[in-house]
Amino acid sequence: MSDIAERVKKIVVEHLGVEAAQVKEDAKFIDDLGADSLDTVELVMAFEEEFSIEIPDDAAEKIQTVGDAINFINANAKS
Amino acid sequence: MFDLGGKTALVTGASGGIGGAIARALHRQGATVTLSGTRADALEQLRGSLGERAHVVAARMDDPADIDRLAKEAEAAMGKLDILVNNAGITRDNLSMRMKDEEWEKVLQVNLTGTFRLIRAAIRGMMRRRHGRVINITSIVGVTGNPGQANYAAAKAGLIGMSKSLAQEFASRAITVNCVAPGFIATPMTDVLTDDQKKAILGRVPAERLGTPEEIAAGVVYLASDEASYVTGQTLHINGGMAMI
Ligand SMILES: NC(=O)c1ccc[n+]([C@@H]2O[C@H](COP(=O)([O-])OP(=O)(O)OC[C@H]3O[C@@H](n4cnc5c(N)ncnc54)[C@H](OP(=O)(O)O)[C@@H]3O)[C@@H](O)[C@H]2O)c1
Repeated sequence: MSDIAERVKKIVVEHLGVEAAQVKEDAKFIDDLGADSLDTVELVMAFEEEFSIEIPDDAAEKIQTVGDAINFINANAKS
Repeated sequence: MFDLGGKTALVTGASGGIGGAIARALHRQGATVTLSGTRADALEQLRGSLGERAHVVAARMDDPADIDRLAKEAEAAMGKLDILVNNAGITRDNLSMRMKDEEWEKVLQVNLTGTFRLIRAAIRGMMRRRHGRVINITSIVGVTGNPGQANYAAAKAGLIGMSKSLAQEFASRAITVNCVAPGFIATPMTDVLTDDQKKAILGRVPAERLGTPEEIAAGVVYLASDEASYVTGQTLHINGGMAMI
């Protein structure tokens, strides 16, 4: 569980070039972390690659915070 | 100016007249090139004449799986992809009342859908590296129309609209997307025209001659270069003055 959270946060730090301390679970990608819509697409694609899952468009739309991403992956990643 | 040393390029339709000239010109400016097309022997021959910094990945632009494989293998061969030149294209001419569904569909599939698929497959790496050049070879016919080429004109006009949309999507990532629109160029594609057809065409070309593949390749080199970094969503017409738009 926590392993997934760490990996998600690492991807967010790398892709958005933000400080690890900013990447809290309630941080919104667009409002708090300075992402634009293309960044969010890139993040979703990076999560898909890292965790070998598929995130459908309607699910991707609901992933707005770091915590949303961690929860989705926890629920859908095969361990 | 226009130095492409250290850059990598994938050229589709490199076994054809214009594509071969584009690949040679990019290579001459210093780029490493991957040559694609369906005829592996013709591609190998071109690679042989280029020497170093050249790879071959044969692929069919009407086969989605082949297109994904092409993007992967080209990136693997060159380590990255900076410049994508979508030049593969076909004609299946017929007056519209006689045009068969398969003539329509084939031309759209190879010229437009295949190009979109290859861009989609190749752009991820460009996004990650915050650098890229996509150059789509359209045609004057996509802007002016041409009797007997409703399918081809639709596909080529489609490339222009698609390129403008992609240019807007990716501009913030320093990826430019442009088109080059040749007029009538001396290649196998235009060899099939009859002398009468050629004469009629030349009557509409102020330069009074067909263009050469090298004249198209020069435009591609420009758009691929760092110097063209602020040019995106544009169509560069190279047509001897045949249409001024
Ligand atoms: N010549 C002109 O006057 C003119 C004018 C305006 C625009 N253009 C455009 O310029 C581009 C190049 O034309 P060209 O005159 O050089 O034509 P060409 O000599 O006939 O070359 C066409 C190229 O496209 C490739 N190709 C065709 N079908 C393919 C498929 N299903 N999958 C993968 N590759 C395929 C061919 O590969 P293989 O031979 O290996 O199959 C060949 O390398 C085309 O997009 C054309 O529409 C040409």
